[in-house]
Formats: sequence, structure tokens, C-alpha cells
Amino acid sequence: MARSVPQSRKITFTIIAWLVALLIFFPILWTFLTSFKTEGEAVAVPPHFLFFDWTSVNYEQVWDRSNYPLFFLNSVVISIGSTVLGLVVAIPAAWAMAFSPTKHTKDVLMWMLSTKMLPAVGVLVPIYLFLRNVGLLDTRIALVVIMMLINLPIIVWMLFTYFKEIPGDILEAARMDGATLGKEIVYILTPMAIPGIASTLLLNVILAWNEAFWTINLTASNAAPLTAFIASFSAPEGLFYAKLSAASTMAIAPILILGWFSQKQLVRGLTFGAVK
Amino acid sequence: MKFKSLLLGACASVAMVASAQAVTLTIATVNNGDMIRMQKLTDDFKKQNPDIDLKWVTLEENVLRQRVTTDIATHGGQYDIMTIGNYEVPIWAKQDWLVQLDDLGDNYDADDILPSVKKSISVKDKLYAAPFYGESAFTMYRTDLFKKAGLEMPEKPTWEFIKKAADKITDKDKGIYGICLRGKAGWGENMAFVTALANSWGARWFDMDWKPQFDSDAWKGAAKFYVDLLKQDGPPGASSNGFNENLALFQSGKCGMWMDATVAASFISDPKESKVADSVGYALFPTHAKYDNHGNWLWSWNLAIPAGTKHEDAAKKFIAWATSKHYTDLVAQKDGWSNVPPGTRQSLYANKDYLDKAPFAKLTLQAMQAVNPNQPTVDKVPYKGSQFVSIPEFQAIGTAVGQQFSAAVAGQTSVDQALQNSQQLTTREMTKAGYIK
Amino acid sequence: MATTHTKTAARLMMSPSVILLLIWMAVPLATTIYFSTLNYNLLMPGVHNFIGFQNYKYFLTDPAFLTSIWNTLVLVVGVLLITVVGGIGLALLIDQPIYGQNIVRILVIAPFFVMPTVSALVWKNMFMNPVNGLFAWLWHLVGLQPVDWLAQAPLLSIIIIVAWGWLPFATLIILTALQSLDEEQKEAAEMDGASAFSRFWYITLPHLSRALTVVILIQTIFLLAIFAEILVTTNGGPGNLSTNLTYLVYTQALLQFDVGSASAGGIVAVILANIVAIFLIRLVGKNLET
Repeated sequence: MARSVPQSRKITFTIIAWLVALLIFFPILWTFLTSFKTEGEAVAVPPHFLFFDWTSVNYEQVWDRSNYPLFFLNSVVISIGSTVLGLVVAIPAAWAMAFSPTKHTKDVLMWMLSTKMLPAVGVLVPIYLFLRNVGLLDTRIALVVIMMLINLPIIVWMLFTYFKEIPGDILEAARMDGATLGKEIVYILTPMAIPGIASTLLLNVILAWNEAFWTINLTASNAAPLTAFIASFSAPEGLFYAKLSAASTMAIAPILILGWFSQKQLVRGLTFGAVK
Repeated sequence: MKFKSLLLGACASVAMVASAQAVTLTIATVNNGDMIRMQKLTDDFKKQNPDIDLKWVTLEENVLRQRVTTDIATHGGQYDIMTIGNYEVPIWAKQDWLVQLDDLGDNYDADDILPSVKKSISVKDKLYAAPFYGESAFTMYRTDLFKKAGLEMPEKPTWEFIKKAADKITDKDKGIYGICLRGKAGWGENMAFVTALANSWGARWFDMDWKPQFDSDAWKGAAKFYVDLLKQDGPPGASSNGFNENLALFQSGKCGMWMDATVAASFISDPKESKVADSVGYALFPTHAKYDNHGNWLWSWNLAIPAGTKHEDAAKKFIAWATSKHYTDLVAQKDGWSNVPPGTRQSLYANKDYLDKAPFAKLTLQAMQAVNPNQPTVDKVPYKGSQFVSIPEFQAIGTAVGQQFSAAVAGQTSVDQALQNSQQLTTREMTKAGYIK
Repeated sequence: MATTHTKTAARLMMSPSVILLLIWMAVPLATTIYFSTLNYNLLMPGVHNFIGFQNYKYFLTDPAFLTSIWNTLVLVVGVLLITVVGGIGLALLIDQPIYGQNIVRILVIAPFFVMPTVSALVWKNMFMNPVNGLFAWLWHLVGLQPVDWLAQAPLLSIIIIVAWGWLPFATLIILTALQSLDEEQKEAAEMDGASAFSRFWYITLPHLSRALTVVILIQTIFLLAIFAEILVTTNGGPGNLSTNLTYLVYTQALLQFDVGSASAGGIVAVILANIVAIFLIRLVGKNLET
């Protein structure tokens, strides 16, 4: 910041920014607070914001009622597995598109993105039948592969836009030195592309973590992730806001914390080639 | 095909591990309180059957229904036991998708099951599911509010009386609403109530040629009554209230009256959950004019075994345990009589301990016995059913019609328009499905 | 520059992605097209006879069909408007020198990490519920009748819920772009005495155009397929006021279990989505040229 900013202006903007940020964050905060209330207190009018008897009873009940560690583990395996697998498939493709583009490159990219537009519900039955025939219903591997396919277009595209920002001259120089294609990728490209790969990884882990159609409909007990966990608390009998809040907090906390810790990496690569 | 063998090779080992173990039953169930209690009490079952492991898939009702239906129709084989309603049982049994359950052991005493419930889950007198709990519908009301308004609830109220009472009790400034009814769209939500109301009004879904009847005077009368009542005396947001929302409203003291499933009684009379537990009264489902029809509401959640399961014997053992008299005693002993799953066995309603603890028991039994699923309304109908029509197409039609009623309650369309739309869309779907030639 | 050798290598490297996606697209698409010509209801096993375009006829003449297309458009455009305008505003705000910028950024991006089902449940029950919701209480505080959001303004409610989830995404991308804006360029304009508005209009906005394109492209892809939020909150109602195309296909597939109709609907949705895609490609083509 080279410019000097009047103190009063800085304070004004600080206040506005904090107010807006708190407003946007409020639903999450409110869910978190509600998860520590009793069911009766959760619907109390006027609402109690901070001064209520904090209780962990909802978490205990939710923990007792379902096998949270298994749901959590499945979410981790599916989201990270599918993203890593996707990166393995996508990095070469994006590399090729970025450094040896043909006149069809952009069409291929756009076609890839358009595959995301097939409505999932329309193809549930064929996919279900297929997975049944190969004995892969309710397995993590099936979900890893399917989530990978769903997010592959985004992964390829993000990597492509990022790779394009890497100056081609460096590669030329490396080639002159006799670097093979493989070495070129491992030693030169990858280090430069780490920020882009990292943010692609993070974004797609988030997308896979939050996907709630395939993950619910293709699983039963073994491979069900946290989205299915939520479906067992979403509309039970009686008052349920507090328990729902506890379950929600447990479902989103891991990914939220991951996101917060890695937000710098996430942001750095989120340029989509838009920054030049 | 390359893809397929690739997949197969990559993960055959994973699939193998899962199927090579001792008997593990995967049970799909709904996230209602009684089922959650069952999960907690399974130690008793495991003590008797140490070789059987249980895995639970607990889901919200709508998600559960779409999961188990997809699975059974594609023979996916993901579940050994499914929790399904008496809507699904006859339809699935006719497709040979369910295992017949006439041999649940010597102590099972299937004749003890309430006749109306038994009838609704049997095909050709063979049982295809075992009822876990059952319900009819009746009127629940607040005795304190009635007293204050100088009203007295008759044992067999009429809709006309309900309207008058609701007008009197409603005090919107204090957040007291005379009536709470289902308005949230769905065949198992608002249409369950609306169909029961229509039954009591002498209206029917279809005539004997499967022609929809929404243009009849009976439907017009019932629909107008329902929408006007909710608009005038119902809580705000009535069009998105289902069973759960109304339960929460009643428990927090916001409703004067509520006509809904009899199972609600044990929740609203539980002082731990309900603010108004000590001032709840019960009456039969209201009637209209000259008809003596109390809505014919009958629902049961049942445990059934999909045909083709590898663990049929183990599954039968579990079902026999979960729907037995022994289970009833177990719940009574652990959690008290008022938490026993109601509405399935006659013996429960002869049990003095239960009748003492459950003031709503007698009326529940009376309501359930009055139901005739073969003749739900006044005129003859080509279908079986009570607050639903037992044909596969009903889920979609019922929900679409439910949307129309929901829109009318929300004030987005007029009652006449909603009925006209319902008539149109039902005719369309029935023509498409080949009922109307 | 590129030799034939590297060209072949490039093809080889692209092939896994392309082949996988081709299978992932072609196989379901082919089965869907095939199913769409059959009288195939999951609940009625037996012969699935060929019925030609019957399923299409029923899907296209469904009274809810046109409404659902309109709703899909309103949803996409509504959410895009809120997230783009709000995202620019938020990004400009956070880009100012303020105290605790990092924490503000953390708070603002948080909604993006929340599962759509969870955010829909939280908004529906704890905010928009006309009796127990916080909004109802706020409305009471200022002496108004509480609004029954999901019944009186179903589409708007869903737009709000979805936009809340996507606003952070837009903000982040726009913020990244803003921070790369040449400081000198801005200062020069300031020296010239250009007003804050014209600086924004003539310098900042054009600089953001690529970021905005990306935001619009990615969000459109996801917004066309909005489903969980509708299922959890309004079930497409009241009437069909909040039914979008995806939800309409869902009612065929998982309420009716009519695989034939759902497949026909799926194909119609794909065709419409590709029309949108063509527009998007034009847009992107102009803005993403390097």
C-alpha cells in the first residue's frame, strides 16, 4: 500500500466490512450456537444469542445414534480419492492442451465442460443397474470413480488455465538441454504449477465433499458419506433444530476448517487465467 | 466394456471382503423416534442371536423411500430388511418383490395383529410384511383453551363444529391458532390429510372407470372447507407444515386443535417434549353432514424382506423379534409403557398397564378398527387404500395434486383453479399409464 | 515449434481424460436415449415395449414444462445477478485497507464450504420458518406480519439460499483479479482527477471482465443443475412455482419411477443445456482469447 490512507476512512471501511462479513457468516454461527442449546431453547422467542445454558447433549445424541467416524472416513476417502485420481488423469491432458494447443483445444475443453450439464437424476437408473451388475453398489471405489468423472472437466479446465500462465520459454530451454517429456513435467512444470494444482485440489475436494445426489443414491451402509449422515437428521419427528444443528456442524466443520487453513493456497490458484 | 473390466479388476477385492463375512443384516429404516429406539435396544436381539450383526441405514422418509424403491425395483440387493409403508406392501408383493412372512415362529401370534392393519399388508390373505407400528387419525385438542372459550368437544365432532371452535379459539395476537393441519405438498403429507377429509366428505379420487373426480361437488366442498379453515384459523406458513412442523407447533402450545396421525398423541402428551402435555384431549376424526365416515386413515410402518436376499432366515429372526410382544415388553420395561410402538397388536389394547399410561389408547384402537381399506369413502372405488390410492402411479400424482392444494392454501391459486388443475393433471397421468382408455 | 513428436505425445496425454469423459458421456447418453423410447416404469416390471416419441410428447406437453424452463432461467439469472453484483461490491470492500482483512475474508468465504443440503435445511428451518424462524422474529420486532417465505416467494427464497452459497466463490475470484490490478494505473487515474466511479467504470471493471466471465461460466454450469435446495425446501411448490427442469426430471425419475419419461426429460434438459452452452462458449470465446 503505497498510498497513505486517512485513518477515518480506514475505520469506516473496517466497520462496514466487518458488519457485512458477520452478516454473511451469521447462518453458520447461528447453526453452531443452536447446536449447543436444548431443543426447547432452539425455538425460543425471542431467541437467545449467547446467554443460555450451553449443553453438549445434542452432540452426544447424534454421536450415539450414528456411526459418525465411518461417515467421516467415507467423505474423506471419496473426496480426496476422487480428486487425486482426477488430477492424475487431468494433469497430462491439461499440460498437452496448454503447451501443444491445436485449433480444437478450446472445443474439446468446452465439450468437457458441457458433459457436466447432463442432469444426474435422468441417468440414475442406468448407472445403478450398471453398478449392480459389476457388484459395485455401496462401495467407495464406485463413488471415487464417479465423483472423479463428475469433477474431471472442472479439474482439466482449472489446470489448463493455470498452466497457460507458465511461460513457454522455460520449457523450450529445458528441451534444448535435452530434458525428456517426463522430466520436463516432473522437474520444471510441476514445481511451477504447484499453486494451481493445490487450489484445484482444494476446490474439487470441497465440491466432492458437498455432492449430495450420487453419494446418497449409490450408497447404503458401507460407503455412505456425511451427506447421507445429514439425511438421517433432516426431518425427524418432533423438535429437531438443535440436533439438526449439531449434525450440520459435524458435517461441515471438517471441510470448513480445511478451507480456512488453506484459503491462501485456494485463492492463489483460483485465477482461472483471469489474472494477467 | 473396457471400462467395466477395468473397474471390476480394480476393486473385485473390495467387494469380496464385504460378502465373505458372517451374517450381517443391512436394515433400511426411517428416522422416526420409534425406529431409533429399536436401534438402541438391539443388544437384546444380539444376546439371542450372537451370530447376526446389524447394520443400520437410517434416512429421512422421502430419501428412504426413493432409496429402497430404486433398490428393490432394480434388484440391487443392498438391503436385507426394508422399512416400508402399507402403501408399498401390496404393490410390491404383487410383483413378487417381497418374501412372504407367514412363518415368523410359533410365538409370533400373527392373529394378534389388528385386522385392518393385517388386511392392508396382505395379498391373497398372505402376510408380506410385519407391522412395527400403526396409526389412524383423530382429533387432538387443548382442553385448557376449550374451557377458556366455553366449548366442549363432543366424542364424535363434525367439521362444522370444528370450524366454529377454531374461530373462537384463534387469537393471532397471542400466537394461538385454532387449527393446525398439514399443508406441505406430498402424497404422504398434505394429501394424506386431504384424502381423509375428502373421504369423510363423501368424495373419492376415482370413479369405477378410473376417471378422476376433482370436478365433483363433494371435492369442491371439502377443498373449500380445508383451504378456508386453514387460511382463517391456521398458523402462518401452513402451506409448508407437514406432520413434524405441526407436531412442533402443537408441542409449543400454538395450536388449539390438530387432526393428524394417532401416533402424535404419545409425543404431545410427553411432558419432557411438550409444553402442553397436561392439557391434551382426544376425539374421533370429524365427520361431515349425513356421512358416518371418520376419514379411513390407516398407516403402518412395516418391516419387509426383499426377495433375493441372501440372509432370509436371519432377516426373519430379526423381524420376528422387532415386531413381537416380547419387544413391546422390552420397551415398556426400559422406557415405559407410553413409548411402546402402538397400533399393531390387539393384545396391547387389552393390557391394563398400557391403557393406564396412554389416555389416547382407546380412541386409537377405535379409530383403527373403524378403517376399511377396501371401502375408504362413501361411493364405490376401483382401488384399495385409505388416505392414499394403492397404485404405483399415486406417489407422483398425489404429490402433484398436493402441490395444487398447497398453492391454494398459500393463496397462490384459487381453490377452483387448484381443483381444475388437479383434474387435468390426474387425467393426463392416468391416461398415460393406461388406466383411462 | 511443436514437432510431430510432441504432438503425438500431447494426444497421448490428453487421451485418458478424453476417453474417460467420452465414455462417461456417451454410455449414459446412449442408454438414456434408448430408455426414452420405451414404456419403462421401474415399478411395473415386464416387457418394456418401444413407444417411439410418446415419452417426449408427454414431457413436452406437461403443463409444468414451460414453467420449469422459466424458473430455471430465473434461478440462474437471479443468482448470477446477486453473486456478480454482490461479489464485486464485497471484493472492492475487502480490497480496501481495513483492519483484520484476513478474518473478514475467512468469514466471507465460509458459506462456500457448506453442503447445499445443510444450507437449505438451516435457511428453511431456522431463518425462513414463519413461526420459529429468525426472520419472523425480526419482522415481529418492527411490527410486521412475518412473511411465509417458502410459500409466498418460493423462487426468491431459493435464489437467496443458493446465492448465499455462491457469493463467496464470486467474491474470491473477483478479489484475486482486483489485487492484480496495476496500482500505478489506478494512481495515474486518480492524479488525472477521475472520480471514483469513473475509475471503477473505465479501469477496474474492464480489468475484471475475464474474472466475471469465469464466474458466470462456472456458476451457470452448477446453477442449471440446482436440485438439492429445491428438494429440501419447497419440493418444487407451491403448485410448480419453484420447479426447475432438473426437479421436473426428478419427479419423473424418483417419484413416478418412470424411467422412460425421466430419460426423455433428461434428453430435453441436455439439449437445452447445450443451447446455453453455445451462448456461453461465444461469451467465453470473446473474453478468454489469449
